[in-house]
Amino acid sequence: MRCFVGVDLGSTTTKAVVLDEDERLLGRGITNSRSNYDVACAVARTEAFINARFGLFAGRLAEAGLEKEERGALTEALGRQFRREQHTVQQRALAGVMRGELERDKYAAVRAPLEERLETILDGMNEDIPPMFEAGAPERSDFFRDTATSGFMRRAEGIRGKQVNFDLLMSVFDRAILQVENQELDLSFSANVRPALDRVLAGGGERWRSKASHLASVTDEVAALDLDEVNAVGTGYGRSKLPFRQDQIRSEILCHGLGAHWMFPKTATVLDIGGQDTKAIQVDNAGIVTSFQMNDRCAAGCGRYLGYIADEMNLGVHELGPLAQKSCRNIKISSTCTVFAGAELRDRLTLGDKREDVLAGLHRAMMLRAMSLLARSGGIEDEFTFTGGVAKNPAAVDALHRLVDENYGDRTINISPDSIYTGSIGAALFARRDEGGAESEAA
Amino acid sequence: MSTASGNTVGMDSSMALQKQMLARHYDRLSRAEEEGRACAYTFVPGNLTELLLSFDILPVLPEINALQNAMRKKSRDYIATAEKLGHSEDVCTYVKCDLGMAKSGNVGPTGERLPDPSVLLLSYTGCFTFMKWFEILKQEYDCPIAMLHVPYQGAGAATRNMRDYVVEQLKENVIPQLEAVTGKRYDEDRLSEHLAASARAEDDFVAVLESAKHKPSPIDAYFGGVYYISPIFTAFRGTPEAESYYETLREEVQERIGGGLGPITPEGTLPEERYRLVVEGPPCWTNFRDLWKMFYDEGAVVVASTYTKVGGIYDNGFRHDPSRPLESLAEYCLGCYTNLNLPSRTDMIVKYVEDYDADGFLVNSVKSCNSFSAGQLLILRQVEERTGRPGGFFESDLVDPRYFSGANVKNRLESYFQMVEQKRSAVRSLS
Amino acid sequence: MSESTAELQSLLKRAEALYHDMHFGAVRAWKDAEPGRRAVGILPVWFPRELIHAAGMLPVSVMGGGDDVEIIKGDAYFQSYICHLPRSTMEMSLNGGLDMLDAMIFPSICDVIRNLSGMWQLLFPDRPAWYFDMPQSSDAIGRRFCGRELAELRDALGALAGSSIEDDVLRESVRLYNENRRLVEALYETRRERPWLCPTSELYVVLRAGNVLPVEEHNAMLRSYAELAGGAERHAIDNARVVVVGSFCEQPPLNLIRTIERAGCYIVDDDLLLGNRLVRGDVPDSDDPLDTIVGTFIDHAREASFLYRPADKGAELVQGLEACRAEGVLFCAPSFCDPALLDQPMLVEAVEEAGIPHTSFKYAENTGQFQVIREQAGTFADSIKLWGAA
Repeated sequence: MRCFVGVDLGSTTTKAVVLDEDERLLGRGITNSRSNYDVACAVARTEAFINARFGLFAGRLAEAGLEKEERGALTEALGRQFRREQHTVQQRALAGVMRGELERDKYAAVRAPLEERLETILDGMNEDIPPMFEAGAPERSDFFRDTATSGFMRRAEGIRGKQVNFDLLMSVFDRAILQVENQELDLSFSANVRPALDRVLAGGGERWRSKASHLASVTDEVAALDLDEVNAVGTGYGRSKLPFRQDQIRSEILCHGLGAHWMFPKTATVLDIGGQDTKAIQVDNAGIVTSFQMNDRCAAGCGRYLGYIADEMNLGVHELGPLAQKSCRNIKISSTCTVFAGAELRDRLTLGDKREDVLAGLHRAMMLRAMSLLARSGGIEDEFTFTGGVAKNPAAVDALHRLVDENYGDRTINISPDSIYTGSIGAALFARRDEGGAESEAA
Repeated sequence: MSTASGNTVGMDSSMALQKQMLARHYDRLSRAEEEGRACAYTFVPGNLTELLLSFDILPVLPEINALQNAMRKKSRDYIATAEKLGHSEDVCTYVKCDLGMAKSGNVGPTGERLPDPSVLLLSYTGCFTFMKWFEILKQEYDCPIAMLHVPYQGAGAATRNMRDYVVEQLKENVIPQLEAVTGKRYDEDRLSEHLAASARAEDDFVAVLESAKHKPSPIDAYFGGVYYISPIFTAFRGTPEAESYYETLREEVQERIGGGLGPITPEGTLPEERYRLVVEGPPCWTNFRDLWKMFYDEGAVVVASTYTKVGGIYDNGFRHDPSRPLESLAEYCLGCYTNLNLPSRTDMIVKYVEDYDADGFLVNSVKSCNSFSAGQLLILRQVEERTGRPGGFFESDLVDPRYFSGANVKNRLESYFQMVEQKRSAVRSLS
Repeated sequence: MSESTAELQSLLKRAEALYHDMHFGAVRAWKDAEPGRRAVGILPVWFPRELIHAAGMLPVSVMGGGDDVEIIKGDAYFQSYICHLPRSTMEMSLNGGLDMLDAMIFPSICDVIRNLSGMWQLLFPDRPAWYFDMPQSSDAIGRRFCGRELAELRDALGALAGSSIEDDVLRESVRLYNENRRLVEALYETRRERPWLCPTSELYVVLRAGNVLPVEEHNAMLRSYAELAGGAERHAIDNARVVVVGSFCEQPPLNLIRTIERAGCYIVDDDLLLGNRLVRGDVPDSDDPLDTIVGTFIDHAREASFLYRPADKGAELVQGLEACRAEGVLFCAPSFCDPALLDQPMLVEAVEEAGIPHTSFKYAENTGQFQVIREQAGTFADSIKLWGAA
């Protein structure tokens, strides 16, 4: 099967998607960007191919006549167990690296007690694994780094020994997790899907028994499918660091434009607010960029700004929007400067303004900046597509709706739940079109 | 405005000539005090070089010193010095770089000490900050200051009233002050001789600028252009040296056209012209080479720029006229690029995009220079609308390295070039 | 509340309402009152409003949008390193907020306002926009040049109004503006002598009303304010006497002025709304009123950073500080204001030489946070009082 890959190396996350030759989405993957771009890229790509195979797996089940509900349940359960396999591989790697770390000279004096503590923690983390992947388990981050960190910290926190304390344990962990992240582990579909399926079948009781052998053969078939990566294109702020040839690299502006057009074919204007920058893009009816503007040197009003605010308020970034939505009073905030954000916020709160009102003001100020950039790029035409991490923030979206309405009147505003993949989709489309030569480029 | 002496950029004989001229000039300046030669500090836009030469006064150009210091990585410290003295972070870094240099012993970019001014000749043309700049320098030096107020072309034309005003000031203020400083009488014949030499060099200079209409363009009219403007914008306009420089340069450019060669870059002749662009705004001197590389690596050639018009616009037919010396100096001052209003600037860029068959145009928005920058975003929009060709925008500063973000600028330029390419291939596939 | 207190309150309420009205309702109402009336906008700092008045039109000083205008389109046209006034001016004009102005005048005070004149021409080609080049050479040559420039503008204004401006009408307008200048100057004097009677936050809005009101009406307002404030029951407190320098163009928000006062300062002189006071004293009656206006400007303009003043920098400031017995200077300039900020170190030097304490901060017309300024001005006032007592 001919596949086309797009990778978007962003400042916080790296995204990859796989398209087939008819430009249909086969799969997508995401991981946190890290110091080693090659690994981030490889991980996201592997994830995207795994996701593609899961999609193909579900497709086969449908062809085999499985009911939708059954199909869904099975795919979901298989997905969970597959993640557990992957997690186990990484946990094993983490344990291995940590044991290796112990051999370093600096730990000579504390080796025995440290090892004892570490092994206890690692045992505990192993025990955590099965419940984490049970149906209905509480939601958590998809990234191994996040779950491992919280699992390790929770267990290490209580430790206040003379020789071995929390700080020492965390320093071992921090070094180890960095190494694990930058190792290329075999997390592939083929290596991990059969043990996962076996567990699903074993845990499913009578439900799947009659179909067991059929399911096994479908799984093997999908695992064996030749997903041939014909071409790949990289984009994103870190694109020059991607392991791609020069002609396989595209600016994220072009990719966002084309990606947004793919998701919403009537898109004329795109706003993307990412961690580091804000982009306002105008595209024609083929998704070709006709004009664009980016925020100037200062990152005022970008995603990172919300990060500072969240830190300042001791909240998670995802909590800001919902809190701001509770506001029922307009407060005008003049500065979206990341440098002054903290001071202005403290000032406001000291004066007795409510957190939600201040937050609502901040969200509006942030979207005002975006509106200016949009005006700079040529305004907002119908339809208008909003992408990037901030598109997930409901208060930002509310503010945008109001401002668009006040300034441009009725506009269709598109926000895809998958908008984080916009850039990588655009990149994959370029991969497909480049392969087809100049003729199809404008198609 | 520039010269990049000390850097070797495709050494042709014109380049060698220019280096010599510049080195000689700084050398002359370093000896001026002991030789008792009068020096005038003055600005590039609206400079009165021929008049100064007719009095044997040596021009010292603070803008050139500032940008030369930036190219030699000295500006950061000078700016810091001025800011320590209470100058705001917000204001023009040319001023701060110059003041910082003055406060650090007034050693010029080439390492030789610059003479103190015998007179500050404030040609207040196209930039409000010039006025403040010399008010500040006036505090440093005990010398007369001669002010020439050049009115702005607010309504899009240099009127009779404006010209008369400038001529009257020349006659009644500037010339008497120069006479007082030098003890010499104003010699109009001598002035006219210099102006005649200017006009001859201006013909060759325009031929060089317009050579960029060829495909491929034999010159880069922005990064290369700053070398080409240097003699005629600075201390050499009206001299035989400048005449022979432009003659040589013109011949070299003709040869390149004959050979079908593209412009010279620091890495040799550009192999392929992929984008033809018009650029508005001054260069970023601290990262001049980095920025240039971002262009030539992509095969982008600047075929026309507004910056090469700050020291005078000649491709509209204007020439210094020996038969009307003061009137023509006045017209020259009034006609410098930053003395044009925004509609005129927009018209000019539109004309460049069309006449030079550019794929698009870029604005380098420079923090220091409000005279250029305020309104550039509107110019951008207008030119886009009127030419239908894509505009791009990036930001930097003249001589403050803190304000240059290489990754940011590169990202924008790459995006811009790819956008131009994508649009072009879309057009190709339609036709 | 006594009758006069109530009257004062209502006058101030009206003035403050005019200050906040970014839709320029007063100007619109004036125009609507009679068909064919026209209004001409003036950007900071100075233009002889007499000329517009003599053409039967209303001069309107446009000083940005303050902190009341939310900026979207304005930011689209200006980079982050450009001051705030042109953004809000652009925002208002693109939103139709200035559509009652039939023409605009842009005086030559800096490159930003200068370029704004061209932006206006590009965006509103049907509405005249004139650049007014104030002479920087203060002699007969400058006077001739400016006279000829103003004569052209006089013709253009006459053409806009539909009838040419006659000398005797112009003389009458000059008389009214002379009165306005005298009234303003008298209030400054009251404030200088008895600042508790005439707080700057009040004086400011009363003067600011002159931006939009016909001069006759503003003169009346100034007279009543002088009378009411002069007779008010108000008592002196132990504040520091300070002078505000640097705020001649983009205006600080009213709350900033209040913040300075509440921090323990009497502002006894300032360059706020400088256009009202740029030219000292009366424009004398003469046969050639236009030439006399120019001559008065050339001979009697105050020191200001947008006017060329190469010698004795700050001497006039120091003299003024002594005249109003100022105990300190607040250098209070808008961010990115080239003229004010480039001038400041030279003025600081002069003030330091004279041994007068000073402090400095920057603002934007829409600054919303005053905590830092409150502390800074408060500390400054306290230290002045401590030194004064020592």
